[in-house]
Amino acid sequence: MNLYKYASPAVFYPLAGKLIPWFAVPAAILFAVGLYVGFFLTPALAGEQKQIYHIIFIHVAAAWMGMFLYVLMAIYAGIGWAFNARLASMMASSIAVTGALFTLISLVTGSLWGKPTWGTWWAWQDARLMSTLILMFLYIGFISLQSAIDNQRRADRAGAVVALVGVINVPIIYYSVQWWSTLHQGATIKFTEKPKMTGAQLSAMAIITAACWLYSIAVVLMRLRCEIAEREQTAAMIGEGAAQ
Amino acid sequence: MNWSEFFSMGGYAFYVWGSYLFAFVLLVAEILFLLRRQKALRRTGTRNSFDS
Repeated sequence: MNLYKYASPAVFYPLAGKLIPWFAVPAAILFAVGLYVGFFLTPALAGEQKQIYHIIFIHVAAAWMGMFLYVLMAIYAGIGWAFNARLASMMASSIAVTGALFTLISLVTGSLWGKPTWGTWWAWQDARLMSTLILMFLYIGFISLQSAIDNQRRADRAGAVVALVGVINVPIIYYSVQWWSTLHQGATIKFTEKPKMTGAQLSAMAIITAACWLYSIAVVLMRLRCEIAEREQTAAMIGEGAAQ
Repeated sequence: MNWSEFFSMGGYAFYVWGSYLFAFVLLVAEILFLLRRQKALRRTGTRNSFDS
């Protein structure tokens, strides 16, 4: 079997269509299971003051997705640019909106966390909050730059430059709570240490994060199919115009 | 814990349910938006030569 043929948008289009339900259905199931574990099997959160901690499952999962998807988008944009691979560029464009949505969810849920615990919705001097806001702007910049440029391949290249330069912001977000300690608390789960959470809390967060991943793959594939079809329509129209 | 206690979230109902509602609305909206985009494409009809 020749795997390289899947780099062709025309070949990938029906394959993507077949793959979508295999990610969408498990995503829905895992969201339900994760919420059940998070809300009903976490006795440690039952105390009055601690109920606010239920936000953490969706907040942390969304924040992770915002960062992961950004790196993934930059990798695809870079491949599309370096190897002139159209499908990789389309993948980058398809990831951008979903990444931006998760970043927005992390900002809003973080704000809803901040008001009752820190007494403020937002803090301009907090490094974690600001670097996440910059991540949001990078996504918006990538999306609007791409839609502003008519020539599709040139739009892809311009987007790739923004995406790749912006990658530097991701480690800054991750380490911001260590480098500049202000309002935002340190990481609940670190790669280097044992997590400061109970088993049920940790499982809920892991399951919801897995659900977010599966959801992302499903919607990105959906958007990729639209992207392939739309670009082909545009190409066909330009072709007809040239023929006349 | 009974249901009204559960929904009150120790007084943090607005923040906790607000968070989940916001995330839910956004994710569902994304799916609906994509389904509409797909439908619009199908109507204009260039695509689907690949589908068969």
